[in-house]
Amino acid sequence: MSIFVDDDTRVVVQGITGGEGKFHTQQMLDYGTNVVAGAVPGKGGQEVEGVPVYDTVDQAVEAEDATASVVFVPPAFAGDAIFEALDTDLDLVVAITEGVPTQDMAKVNKRLGEVDTKLLGPNCPGIITPGEAKLGILPGNIFESGNVGLVSRSGTLTYQVVSNLTERGIGQTTAIGIGGDPIIGTSFVDALEAFEADPETDAVVMCGEIGGEDEEQAAKYIAENMDTPVAGFIAGRTAPPGKRMGHAGAIVSGSGTGTAESKISALNDAGVPVGDTPEEVADSIEDFL
Amino acid sequence: MKLHEYQAKEIFAEAGIPVPESQLADSVEGVLDAVAEIGYPAAIKAQVHVGGRGKAGGIKIATNEDEAREAADAILGMDLKGYTVDRVLVEQGVDFVDEYYVGVTMDRGEGKPVAMVSTKGGVDIEQVAEEDPEAIAQEHIDPAFGLHPYQARKVVYDAGVPAEYARDVTSILSKLYDLYEDNDASDIEVNPVMITADDDVIAADAVMNIDEDALFRHPDLAEMEEDAYQNDLERKAGEYGFDYVRLSGNTGIIGNGAGLVMTTLDLVDYYGGTPANFLDIGGGAKAERVANALDMVFSDENVDSVVFNIFGGITRGDEVAKGINEALEQFDEIPKPVVVRLAGTNAKEGMEILNTDLVQVEATLAEAVQRAVKNAEEVAQ
Repeated sequence: MSIFVDDDTRVVVQGITGGEGKFHTQQMLDYGTNVVAGAVPGKGGQEVEGVPVYDTVDQAVEAEDATASVVFVPPAFAGDAIFEALDTDLDLVVAITEGVPTQDMAKVNKRLGEVDTKLLGPNCPGIITPGEAKLGILPGNIFESGNVGLVSRSGTLTYQVVSNLTERGIGQTTAIGIGGDPIIGTSFVDALEAFEADPETDAVVMCGEIGGEDEEQAAKYIAENMDTPVAGFIAGRTAPPGKRMGHAGAIVSGSGTGTAESKISALNDAGVPVGDTPEEVADSIEDFL
Repeated sequence: MKLHEYQAKEIFAEAGIPVPESQLADSVEGVLDAVAEIGYPAAIKAQVHVGGRGKAGGIKIATNEDEAREAADAILGMDLKGYTVDRVLVEQGVDFVDEYYVGVTMDRGEGKPVAMVSTKGGVDIEQVAEEDPEAIAQEHIDPAFGLHPYQARKVVYDAGVPAEYARDVTSILSKLYDLYEDNDASDIEVNPVMITADDDVIAADAVMNIDEDALFRHPDLAEMEEDAYQNDLERKAGEYGFDYVRLSGNTGIIGNGAGLVMTTLDLVDYYGGTPANFLDIGGGAKAERVANALDMVFSDENVDSVVFNIFGGITRGDEVAKGINEALEQFDEIPKPVVVRLAGTNAKEGMEILNTDLVQVEATLAEAVQRAVKNAEEVAQ
């Protein structure tokens, strides 16, 4: 089992004719993902890597029964592309694009409350169910099928932790990058809820970072609702206040909210061990299993 | 992107928000000319991107020419939290009886903009938020509809603004929200809104920050951007287009992806070292960008040792290795020891290319960080 994507997922790639879209479509196909269509206005009728391109997402869904989309559209048009996907009744939209204006995302966020579609991202690496489907830019070869769920705000940190798990022979049910922006679709809590409901997931890794209060909310959710054990990691312990550490969302504000200490202590209080190193996170998972 | 007070006030004035009469000056003579026109008392205010200017000595009130000269002398050229003051705003002094706070920002937890009003203005609003959160009235805004007039009135009344000023404060809030939306602001605030002895309501300060990701649709605002770097290294990082933050330690850090770079910093600290910087080369970096990153870190005199940590997803190990070779082969002697750890996409190809006469290679993140920390200790001795 897995969450959100599996080998029945049928993918439409928005922005498939661009450099990134094309490259990662090839990578997703190589991984075995069912990429069934592309959607690019004005490019309908073309083919990319053997995948038929349509002018609208609606046409792609109509013709190819797509159930999920991956958005590689440039930031200026990404908000609109996400709206198009949300209005087409897909199950899941994965927005890879980095640099989407925050006010565009506030409008998307409002729409999300009105539809059943899930959004991952933006500014995220995507989602992978090892051996079944990969939607996004994650390097497939580091993942192994198994029984640990993983949810993270950062792409490359996800790869680091996954490789620590895979090296020990610990595989993953599904790994999700939720994205590093201030306003994102799927939150830690949404992902944890799905892992808790998945009978195949026996333990979960949650990688957070400084900024915002999502990790604190996740800690509350874990304490109140989860039987599946969770191990945590928080990046940014040494980050100075007021400086944005790469991700738009990764900033400790002047009044001291969003600090690593606050997140670590919230998780510890919820019974979640937080590793000082990625290795220690893998140790905790090994203990759980 | 931060606007200066004088820039924000021009925008506010155009939108019909009442602001005090003012002029920009960059010399003592300029200040004296400006005050001669505006009259006394006058406020002389440093134009730098720093919070708490008043407390730090960047704002002074002058009631006569001697005081104006003295204030201009003191403020122009002063160092304010790492920024040199080269311009001041000379502004009509306001005789006030009360100070309020009015602002709009994004509540990221809710994913919605929020309007805020408080009658406890004039001080650090984050301090008020911490000590007396009840003193700040808030109203969340549906971004599809904007701030309804009733919501603007509601938050002003909730804050306890007296009836005789409520209409004017409401009007300022509504105009601020329009500016927030029209300009893709990330924050916009007036602190303080002054109630004058004559019962006028005036925006005495102005903060307006713009979402950098939205600057592409505001070319007029993009043009107003002024370099504001605390040091030459941050300027250089800006030119190279790196996400870079300078810290005070001696182990230089380069990596890809914000979360992994932060983790590398944390591990340097965990293994007893001190991080010198945060430098994210981003996704998919080519050889030239990698070489630029090394140049950045080498030019920081605090750096005694460097750790290069790459976990390739869209970044390819062979490109990284090429960039490291290019950057290092130009030196007769490597200026600072470099430890490299490559994993992920094309890491194997990268390891084959990497000139191991020039760098130390470690297989894992933990080993790479420990070695770099040890190098830093040895060089520092």
